[in-house]
Amino acid sequence: MDHPLTANIRPGEGPPDIEAYGKAGGYRALQKVLKEADPKGLIQTVMDSHLRGRGGAGFPTGRKWSFVPPGDRAAHPVYFIINADEMEPGTFKDRLLLEGNPHLLIEGTIIGAYAIQADIAYIFLRQEYTLAKRSCSRAIARAYERGYLGKNILGSGYSLELYLHTSAGRYICGEETALLNALEGRRAIPRAKPPFPPVTGLWGKPTIVNNVETICNVPIIVEHGADRFRELSRSVDGGTKLYGVSGRVKRPGLWELPMGATIREILEEHAGGMRDGFKLRGIIPGGASTDFLAADQLDVKMDFDSVAAAGSRLGTGTMIILDDRTCPVGMVLNLIRFFARESCGWCTPCREGLPWLARILEAIENGEGRPRDLDILRRHTGLLAPGHTFCALAPGAVEPLQSALTLFEEDFNRHIRENRCPWRK
Amino acid sequence: MLTPEELTEIQAELARYEQKRGGCIEALKTVQRHRGWISDETLAELADFLEMTPAELGSVSTFYNLLFRKPVGRHVILVCTSVSCWVMGMGDLLEHIEKKLGINLGETTADGRFTLLPNVCLGACDRAPVLMIDSDLYGDPDVKTIDEILAGYV
Amino acid sequence: MATILIDGRPYEVKDGQNLLQACLTLGFNVPYFCWHPALGSIGACRQCAVKRFKNEKDTGGEIVMACMTPAEDSIRISIDDPEAVGFRASVIEWLMLNHPHDCPVCDEGGECHLQDMTVMTGHAYRENRFRKRTYRNQDLGPFVNHEMNRCIQCYRCVRYYRTYAGGGDLNVFSSHDHLYFGRSSEGRLQNDFSGNLVEICPTGVFTDKTLKNHYTRKWDMETAPSVCVHCSLGCNTIPGARYGKLRRVRNRYNRDVNGYFLCDRGRYGYEFVNGPLTVQAPLAKTSRAPEPVALSGEEALARAAAWIANSPGVIGIGSPRASIESNFALRTLVGPDNFYAGLSDKDFEILNLAWEVLRNGVARTPPLSETAQADAVFVLGEDAGNTSPVLALNLRQLARRKAAGLMEEAKIPTWNDSPITRLAESEKGALYLATPCATSLDDMALKTFHAAPPDLGRLGFAVASVISPANAPKVADLIPEELRLAEKIARALKSAARPLIVSGAGSKSRTLIEAAANICTALRQIGRPAQIILALPEANSLGLAMLGASGGIETASGELLSGRAATVIVLENNLFRRCSPETTRDLWGAAKHVIAIDHIVNATTSRAELVLPAASFAQSSGTMVNNEGRAQRFFRVFSPKAPIKESWRWMRDIMGALWRPEAAGWHGLDDLIAAIAAAIPVFSALPSAAPGADFRRAGGKVPRQSHRYSGRTAILAQIDVDEPKAPEDPDTPLAFSMEGDHRQPPSALIPKFWAPGWNSIQSLNRFQQEIGGPLRGGDPGVRLIEPSPQAKARYFTAIPARQVVRVGKWVFVPLHHVFGSEELSALSPGVAGLCPKPYVALHPEDAAALGITEGGRARVDVDGSAYDLSVRMVPTLSRGVAGLPVGLPGGPALDLPASGKVSRGIADE
Ligand SMILES: Cc1cc2nc3c(=O)[nH]c(=O)nc-3n(C[C@H](O)[C@H](O)[C@H](O)COP(=O)(O)O)c2cc1C
Ligand code: SF4
Ligand code: FES
Repeated sequence: MDHPLTANIRPGEGPPDIEAYGKAGGYRALQKVLKEADPKGLIQTVMDSHLRGRGGAGFPTGRKWSFVPPGDRAAHPVYFIINADEMEPGTFKDRLLLEGNPHLLIEGTIIGAYAIQADIAYIFLRQEYTLAKRSCSRAIARAYERGYLGKNILGSGYSLELYLHTSAGRYICGEETALLNALEGRRAIPRAKPPFPPVTGLWGKPTIVNNVETICNVPIIVEHGADRFRELSRSVDGGTKLYGVSGRVKRPGLWELPMGATIREILEEHAGGMRDGFKLRGIIPGGASTDFLAADQLDVKMDFDSVAAAGSRLGTGTMIILDDRTCPVGMVLNLIRFFARESCGWCTPCREGLPWLARILEAIENGEGRPRDLDILRRHTGLLAPGHTFCALAPGAVEPLQSALTLFEEDFNRHIRENRCPWRK
Repeated sequence: MLTPEELTEIQAELARYEQKRGGCIEALKTVQRHRGWISDETLAELADFLEMTPAELGSVSTFYNLLFRKPVGRHVILVCTSVSCWVMGMGDLLEHIEKKLGINLGETTADGRFTLLPNVCLGACDRAPVLMIDSDLYGDPDVKTIDEILAGYV
Repeated sequence: MATILIDGRPYEVKDGQNLLQACLTLGFNVPYFCWHPALGSIGACRQCAVKRFKNEKDTGGEIVMACMTPAEDSIRISIDDPEAVGFRASVIEWLMLNHPHDCPVCDEGGECHLQDMTVMTGHAYRENRFRKRTYRNQDLGPFVNHEMNRCIQCYRCVRYYRTYAGGGDLNVFSSHDHLYFGRSSEGRLQNDFSGNLVEICPTGVFTDKTLKNHYTRKWDMETAPSVCVHCSLGCNTIPGARYGKLRRVRNRYNRDVNGYFLCDRGRYGYEFVNGPLTVQAPLAKTSRAPEPVALSGEEALARAAAWIANSPGVIGIGSPRASIESNFALRTLVGPDNFYAGLSDKDFEILNLAWEVLRNGVARTPPLSETAQADAVFVLGEDAGNTSPVLALNLRQLARRKAAGLMEEAKIPTWNDSPITRLAESEKGALYLATPCATSLDDMALKTFHAAPPDLGRLGFAVASVISPANAPKVADLIPEELRLAEKIARALKSAARPLIVSGAGSKSRTLIEAAANICTALRQIGRPAQIILALPEANSLGLAMLGASGGIETASGELLSGRAATVIVLENNLFRRCSPETTRDLWGAAKHVIAIDHIVNATTSRAELVLPAASFAQSSGTMVNNEGRAQRFFRVFSPKAPIKESWRWMRDIMGALWRPEAAGWHGLDDLIAAIAAAIPVFSALPSAAPGADFRRAGGKVPRQSHRYSGRTAILAQIDVDEPKAPEDPDTPLAFSMEGDHRQPPSALIPKFWAPGWNSIQSLNRFQQEIGGPLRGGDPGVRLIEPSPQAKARYFTAIPARQVVRVGKWVFVPLHHVFGSEELSALSPGVAGLCPKPYVALHPEDAAALGITEGGRARVDVDGSAYDLSVRMVPTLSRGVAGLPVGLPGGPALDLPASGKVSRGIADE
């Protein structure tokens, strides 16, 4: 029970089918939930488990669910949506679950939907996850056959339809309100809040959006109880976490570890440390929209509060490593270019500000930088702060930039001073 | 004209959405699956079918980068241009592919075989650099293996 | 009321607003782009940033968008906070990175909201050294020019065009910083309200293409308050002129009437004023010289006076497109008994019926703007989109209002646009349409019913009798389906807080107006607040009805034929549009002298013996009464060249030449208005439609020219190096000058919206009591009729029989076109290009039965004449009913409704 999320995943073998999943205890949690028939109690259990959202923002999952107007006060259909859009650069954790154990996700989805008494659930899947599409659609079909989905699930009187929606690209679709617009067949522009999705979401109906990993934890909580789930963690947040490492390490990969494992443990024990001949210069701890941590911050625990205290965010928990043979300016340029291209185009600071930053960084990287450029970059890290833009994309975009400007200030200066990128041949 | 086959597939999709227009992205993808891309004429027909105007459907379709409004090659190469792949040397790999195919990102080979497009992180950073050809993902190919891979798509 | 703290000082504001509205109402300069009072807030441009503080102790505060933040009681904000100031400047900086800075060649220059906001935020220099993005522009048709490079991506255009005006062919394409606002492919904007884009767009992307043909900057235009002459709604306008030419028409906000928007007919119909078909001088024909010769004003007067003096009797034919003053002057000249309405007898009868219904006051006619507040609407027979466009635009807002109501229950304020708009897409307001065939509002309707006018009337009568079964007359042999529909409509109207019945003269059918009146009477009897709005054909139709006349053109012609009169004076009217060729033939045959007074050349002026050049609306001042019964004054925009003058002045001078005393006191317009008010009780409030000519404030008259009117001293330097003397305007408190009192005048006199720091149309904010509310001092115009609480419930009882389709016996119903059916606008090049060719509309099966295919030709026999017309298939027309467009250039003048014959046309045989 150390690796409840990944225990049944056998890389290279394909996902466990419904029999294998059942044999390993699968769908027991669902049966328990249906028997207890206590959605409110279920929400309380999830609250007690201290499960926080794994999509990046870390919002307590049980609390989120409690915002849906209960029972007949809600306008139906109520929607439950799984965010499987995973496009945050450096993030590859949901893919493992989607491809490796779709029934865990489906079971979690049904339980979550039951908690908020949803009528319809969608898995919102990015188009490029073709393998995941195959595994999920097969698993959904099986679950229907077994009566876990559809009308009157296992005779409980509860009904749920689960659809797989594959998207058509664009990072912003992962933002939960933009996702709603995408599902409604619109341009994926984030929505103003209020109204909040739990009250007025998809087609104006109460809607909950949760990340894949978040929901895969739900059957585990139900089966083992909130206390046991909290005990899995080494921090105040409950459960385990999928941690990933990419970059010039010996063994890039993904591991399920107790929430709160240290960076050192992940990087050195699991990823095997830096490749020979490469030195660690910085760590982006949780996907492209989190601040760089310095090479000496290895003892930071990878849980929501600890990473925040260290000056960054846990985000998706998948680290990107900057080594000494890679240009930090080039890396930031790559990141900002990404965000500029993926801006939805709704609000001015993001739509116009990020491309400007990208061009300035490009100029610096090409040896055409000017000292004043750094002022513009710095100014923008403040200008694109949360609340200043319509959604969290742009504020996320400037996080790595702002930390890079302090951590790697001298590298920026050198580019400008020497009129070239020192890393280029 | 939308083919009966396309229409049946689209109809099936539409049933999954509270409102008709909800299925419009699936509908666009269906058409694209059959035709490779979505021409103005097809878009207009589809809009009509979905009770939208061409401008409305066009507005939606041009938002999403995987809906192609211009002809693409027989095979579409999505190159991950995001950060982990960049760190892991996508720059050189891409340069090689561009030289090999004689096109830049965003272009289609003269023989209509490949279209080369930049893409957001493909979610396989542990295997960086990665690219996707049609629906197949390739992790960490080097200059030699990529040539072999490309040769497999005719 | 809520008390909000702005930079430490308390202010009282109305509840339920957002901070931006509140601040603007209080007179603060908070810049903005994406917000618009009629469109609400979306929080996209981020220009309206201010600081909000949690409490007294909070010194840091956080940046919020004023437009997205409710102005709640005791909220603390700062506009002057340095971070907020800096952020607002940065927004401009971002927008300017790609803006081309082409102000010198941009039509928006000088009245550009982007310019104003740039100055307001103080942003001037930026360190951008990269290439700007560029776009290809589209040809969007004759009205709207497109220049995408200037776009600041505020999304206003698509929000207005799609959600407010219901246009389907303009949208935003692509994403991130590659947004494109345009059509999916080049072509004319299809929506009939597209011209508002030029005012909605805060910069120069969408500009007035007709203005481009004779461009003048805002500051170089002479402008005056005016009233649209192209339908009966009386939307307020501000036309602008220079060098004696009309350059454009802009919206003049009147909260009660048109609010923020005009239709394209109203905005672009103006160019007829500039010729070439205008009457420039008196013209006379003699039997010896059939080609007209120009006369001097004096000669013309003398000739007219002589004819009148020697005539056994003189009759006058008035006009629904001429002012009250001119009609009254003619009525005075010929005597009330000899004054005729200038409409066919049938049209006159319907107009009188409408007037009777309104005068008897069974129901109030709401100001036009209130029609957007209705929560249940039944349209009986009127194709408002084509006869009274802005009314249709307002009815379009029904679904949105319903959505806003639903959202309000969920505590979402009405200004929070996005959730409301999304919901509105799937909501339908309680809009019921009963029209001869499909109209542009059909997509918004909960239910539509298409039938011949008598059957529409029957439905209307049935609705009334369902509402008040005890009192309203019953309709015999209703089919169950119609009864069910009537019940449904009755239920909606009964349960509504603001039910509205819309009908009018469009179908030229008595029964529709009577049925509409019955519904109102029935609603009132059960204590429901019924409102009625009747669309009338022309700008001063109701004013003409209120003056009273002895009949229509056929009656007038009979008078001539009887020999009791020999001379006829036709006022601003082309009789050939209004009645059958037979009638005009009779009239010309019987009249000894026909005198036409008009500003445009038409069949009547060409056939008249004497033509006196009248001033168009832009060259004259006067009053018109819209369909609401609101008297509204319009003012000269530029002075006519002598001898052109107001029609009433011709009449006055003729009376003078005849030594008649009645007009001796009519020195100026005010004298005449006073005379009308004294003579006809219903016009007693006429003088208060606007301040009189003696209105003055400290600074003098109200200048028509701007503070920066250029070239005044050199404007005619090629003729005379001395500065020409400015024309006098003795009739009004407005001056043809840049000197005078530039402060905000009483609302009826506002010649331009302009305020310090606000050069664009958005300066309107500074003229309103509150944002989106009435103009300071109240909206202009005076309502001449109000329902009387004592009005007796009286039902019309002439319920028509069901329309029977009989082979070979066709019923012709009038159809209307926003571009083409109205006389004056159709003479303006932009509009003219969009007028359809004359046609007959048939049900496809009827056409098939006749062996006619789409685009084929049909022979139409009506009123003793035969016409060869191309055929349009209209599937929503009833069988046996044929539609004939009204008033199209080159089309037959028919006195509809009529019956007759349709057969296969020549080309098809
Ligand atoms: C620009 C942007 C992109 C996002 N992309 C994703 C994503 O791909 N997957 C995801 O689960 N959450 C994503 N999120 C977070 C979601 O908005 C949302 O918080 C999350 O799906 C909620 O699930 P959770 O509470 O289970 O974490 C994104 C947020 C932003 C601002
Ligand atoms: S920050 Fe603004 S433009 Fe950027 S993605 Fe969010 S809403 Fe769109
Ligand atoms: S006006 Fe407030 S964000 Fe645009």
